Amino acid sequence: MATTAPTSTAAPPGPERPGGRGGGGGKGRRAGLPGTRADRWTAPGMLAPFGFFYLVFLIGPLLYLLVAGFFNTSLVKGGLGDWVGLDNYARALSTEEFWASLWHSVWFTVLTTVPLVVLALVLALLTDRFSRGRWFFRLAFFAPFVLPSSVISLMFMWIFADQIGLAQSWAKFFGSDSPPSWLGDPDWAMISIAAATVWWTIGFNFVIYLAALQEIPRDVHEAAALDGAGPWQRIRHIVVPMLGRATTLVTVLQLVASLKVFDQIYMMTGGGPDRATEPALLYVYNTGFTEGRVGYASTVSLVLFVMILLISLVWFALVRRAEKES
Amino acid sequence: MAASTSTSGLPTRKGLDGGSGDRRDGGLRGRLRPRAPEAAPMSGPMRAVGAERLFNRVALGVLIALALLWLVPLVWAFATSVRSADEIATDPTAWWSGSPTFEAYEDLLTGGKLPYWYVNSFITSALTTLLTVLTASLAAFALSRLRFRYRKPAFLLLLAGLMVPPQVLMIPQFLALQSTGMLNTYWAVVLPQVPNVVAVFVFKQFFDGIPEELTEAARADGASWLRTYWQIVMPLSKPAISAVTIFVFVWAWNNFLWPLLVVTDPEMMTLPVGLTSVQDAFGIPQAQLMASAVLGGVPLLTVFLLFQRRIVEGIAGTGLK
Repeated sequence: MATTAPTSTAAPPGPERPGGRGGGGGKGRRAGLPGTRADRWTAPGMLAPFGFFYLVFLIGPLLYLLVAGFFNTSLVKGGLGDWVGLDNYARALSTEEFWASLWHSVWFTVLTTVPLVVLALVLALLTDRFSRGRWFFRLAFFAPFVLPSSVISLMFMWIFADQIGLAQSWAKFFGSDSPPSWLGDPDWAMISIAAATVWWTIGFNFVIYLAALQEIPRDVHEAAALDGAGPWQRIRHIVVPMLGRATTLVTVLQLVASLKVFDQIYMMTGGGPDRATEPALLYVYNTGFTEGRVGYASTVSLVLFVMILLISLVWFALVRRAEKES
Repeated sequence: MAASTSTSGLPTRKGLDGGSGDRRDGGLRGRLRPRAPEAAPMSGPMRAVGAERLFNRVALGVLIALALLWLVPLVWAFATSVRSADEIATDPTAWWSGSPTFEAYEDLLTGGKLPYWYVNSFITSALTTLLTVLTASLAAFALSRLRFRYRKPAFLLLLAGLMVPPQVLMIPQFLALQSTGMLNTYWAVVLPQVPNVVAVFVFKQFFDGIPEELTEAARADGASWLRTYWQIVMPLSKPAISAVTIFVFVWAWNNFLWPLLVVTDPEMMTLPVGLTSVQDAFGIPQAQLMASAVLGGVPLLTVFLLFQRRIVEGIAGTGLK
C-alpha cells in the first residue's frame, strides 16, 4: 500500500485479498458448527472492542465527511456551521487549485506506477535466474521500503540539493553543463520526487513478483527450452503472461497508494515550487487545517475517496471474474 | 563508479540464439560465478547454450549495477554523516575525507530531542500493536467460529472498511480527538490506528484453518468461548500473531501524516515527525541532517534484518492466492 509503502506511497500494504472466500481455497472451512449455538451475548461481546474503534474512527468519520460537505463548517467557529447545500462541491469544481491538485496526484501516480511495476518486474525476472546471491539483491532493493518517509525525504533533499548535491554533480559528470534545480524547478520537482519514491518502494513489488515467479513450475521452462525457445522468448511469451495476476495486483495497489501521496511531497517541496507539486491530500490538509475550511476540505476528501473506491471496485470485479473463470 | 541507469538494458537482439541444433536445457538458473559485466564475449558459435550463458551474464551485470545504484543513497547518507562540517563545505560531493568523526551523532543524541522521539515512537507503536492484535483477533475469532444473527452484515461492513483509506478521514478524526482534548497525548496517536481491517482478515484466515475438533473438544469440556479463544486458539496462532505484530508495528512506526496532525509539542513527537523539525532548524549542518536520517532509519533496518524472512513472506503472500 504505500505504496506504496511507501506509501508511501509507502505502499502501504493495501487490501490483502478479497476476504471471505468461505469454503473455497481448500483450507477455509465454514465457520461455526451446527449445534454450537453461542449464547446471545458472546459474539457481540467479542466484536465490541474492535467494533467500537471501527465505528468511532472509520465509519463515523466517513459519515461526518458526507454531512460536513453540505455545510460551511470551519475549524475556528466549531459546530457544523450553516447549511450551504452543494456550494462546496460547486466551488471545488470551479477552483483551479482543486483540479491542479488532482492532476498532480494523477501525474505522480503515472510517474511512479509505470516504473514501479515495469522495473520491479525486470528486476525480479533477472534475479530469478540466479539461485546464489539472491539475498544480496533482496536486501539492496527491499531495504529502503522499511524506512520512514521522513528519512527518505532527508536523504533525497541532500542528494537533490542545488550546487552541492550528488544528483547535480552526477549530471555534470555525464555531460550536462547546467543541470536543473531538481526540487526547485517546477518542471522537474515532481519527477525528482517520483524518482525518490521509486527507489524507496520498489522492494514491495519486487518481492511480490519474485514470489510469483517461484510458483511457475520448472518444467514449463524446460519444455520451452527443449522446443528451442531462447531465454528472451521464454520470458516474453511464457513467463510474463503467467504473471498476469501479480501484475494486476501490484498495479492496483500502486495506483491506490500513489493517489494517497502526501509525506514525501510535504517534506521535500511542501507542494512547491509555486504549488507545482501539491497533491490532493496536501490540498485537503492546506484548506482544512491551514485555512480552516473544514466543510470544503471534507468535500475534497470525499471526491478523492470516491476516486480510490472506484479503482478498488474495478479491481474487485476483475478478481471476481478471474475466479469465476478458473 | 558510474553505473548505467538504463533500465531497458535487456538483451533483446543479442540474446536470441542463432541455431537450434543444440537441444539441451541451457543451464537455467545457471550457477555462475559473478563476473565483470563487460566481459561478455561476442564471439564463438551462438548455440542455445551460448545464448543462455550470454543472457545470464548480461542479466547479472545489469542486476549488480542496479543493486549498487540502489545502495548509493544509503551509503551516501552515512558517508556524509561522519564527515566534519568544514570538509563538507570544501568538497560537498566527496565520499570520503580522511578523518571520520561521529560529532554529529553525539550532538544529536545529547543536545537534541531525538531520544524523546525514539521513546515516543516506541511507546505509540507498541500500544497500537497490542490493541490491534487483541481487538482484531477477538473479532476474527467471533467471525470465524461463532454463528450469530448478523454475521453476514457484520462481515460485509468490515469488508467495506478495506476500501476506506484512513488518510481521507484526517479531518473528522482530528476533530473527534480535538473535542475530547486528547491532542498531544499518546492516545491521540494510537487510537485511530487501532481499527485495522487487514489484521482481522489475516487472523480470520488463520483461525479458519484451525481444526474445529480442537475448539469443539474445549467446548465439550465446558470451556467458555472466551477461554477457548485465549487458551486454545491464540497459542496455536503464533505465526499469525507475529505477522500482524511485525506489520502493524512497522506501519505505526512509519506513520507520518497522523502524528503530524495531532502532536505539536516537540517532546511528544514521534521519530518521523520529529525529523521534519530537524530540517526546519535553520543553518543546520548537512552532517547532522544525515546523521538524524541514519538514526531514524537504523531501528527499522534492524527490525527488517531480524525478521527479514517473515516480512518478505508476509508481503509475498499478498500476491499469491
